[in-house]
Amino acid sequence: MSTLHLDAEALYRDLVGGVRGLLQPDALLVGIWSGGAWLAERLQQDLKLGGEPGVISSALHRDDFDKRGMSAGSGQTRLPFEIEGRHVVLIDDVLYTGRTTRAVINELFDFGRPASVTLAVLVDRGGRELPIHPAYSAARMTLPAECRLSLARGDAGRFSFNIKEGE
Amino acid sequence: MLSRRNPQLNKNGELIHLLSIEGLPRAVLHQILDTAGTFLSVNEREVKKVPLLRGKSVFNLFFENSTRTRTTFEIAATRLSADVINLDIARSSTAKGESLLDTIANLSAMHADMFVVRHGESGAPYLIAQHCAPHVHVVNAGDGRHAHPTQGLLDMYTIKHYKQDFTNLTVAIVGDIVHSRVARSDIHALTTLGVPEVRAVGPKTLVPGDLTDMGVRVCHDMAEGIRGADVIIMLRLQNERMSGAMLPSAGEFFKNYGLTQEKLALAKPDAIVMHPGPINRGVEIDSSVADGRQSVILPQVTFGIAVRMAVMSTISGNNA
Repeated sequence: MSTLHLDAEALYRDLVGGVRGLLQPDALLVGIWSGGAWLAERLQQDLKLGGEPGVISSALHRDDFDKRGMSAGSGQTRLPFEIEGRHVVLIDDVLYTGRTTRAVINELFDFGRPASVTLAVLVDRGGRELPIHPAYSAARMTLPAECRLSLARGDAGRFSFNIKEGE
Repeated sequence: MLSRRNPQLNKNGELIHLLSIEGLPRAVLHQILDTAGTFLSVNEREVKKVPLLRGKSVFNLFFENSTRTRTTFEIAATRLSADVINLDIARSSTAKGESLLDTIANLSAMHADMFVVRHGESGAPYLIAQHCAPHVHVVNAGDGRHAHPTQGLLDMYTIKHYKQDFTNLTVAIVGDIVHSRVARSDIHALTTLGVPEVRAVGPKTLVPGDLTDMGVRVCHDMAEGIRGADVIIMLRLQNERMSGAMLPSAGEFFKNYGLTQEKLALAKPDAIVMHPGPINRGVEIDSSVADGRQSVILPQVTFGIAVRMAVMSTISGNNA
């Protein structure tokens, strides 16, 4: 029985405001596959940005490739715009060690040199292993390592959290 | 009880070597094709390189000549950031009498992580895979008449790219099938992926009778073989492997089995024409077809790089 309760839809409403505050003119939203990509898709509409957001996958730059190999269904990067000289706002559902963020920043730079890269997340769960800090997080907490937290998208696009608090 | 495990798979059923398509589960083939899709887009980036094999050494061991396959393997490995060592093995140690396994032992001592092997003898890559260290991976780049699994996979990627679904297709493989490791790999891949009709088309001397056991329809008449086909895979007439009088002449072969516009008109209007290369214009394929709108021969080469990247990264990420 889970003791952690997180209202993903309420946090999403906060995220909309937070990301609005980060947007410079000409900014581009790029969602980190998969949860971040779902968030970016909805943010793009709710912030009336027009066009499509980018999707970015960490698969080709992961530092645990030797241990985990190529994971099936790890998404594919799709950036429907040039990033050269643009302000990129990365969106993710859960920020934990920072290793995924590091990998997608490397992935992003394979496509060009953005003017800046900012990170906004739904939940910052602590436990960082790299010097990475989000410009906005809708919620901050410290969760134990055995707890697994990820975003789910249900019918009609409603968000909820998958929470596994370990054995 | 003796273990009958496929030597290409580890105990979790993950691919650790690519030796043959025969016996690989459909899910493994789909995983490689999906991964190849990811790598295809890497070739369009400003930085056409990803770091998955950084710090790894890939040894290209070509005991038989090859330009296209060796080059595309080399491009694939370097785009994955591996160090690539090309050995012109046919002209070096082997010529001095060193055995295959001694060559492998020496190269392993140079800290090889992967061997890409082409050999005239069927089964040579299996022998290497059985004798190398557990962390070393082996890719078969063509062994004798047996298998050419990366060509088979890139052919499947090409078909998937143009036709999306395998389960409603008629695929005709035409020409010198008896000498063709590509044909054997294609047949295993097509049947594994659920293609309902695979036809082997060619003269009796070049189409082995046992193909029906592999779920293939044998046609000695070209018109019957390509009528209504969605995909036509032409094979090169392998003069260098031909001994004895298997054919009256190349001209006679072209007349009966060479793919011309007239014969191609028997296939579906949106049929694609494939060829593993190198092509012999005017022997198995007419120039107007090879260069025509239905030909996907050059896209096959491009897809080959992405498929080889997918194979190398997949096996490299799985432990024995």
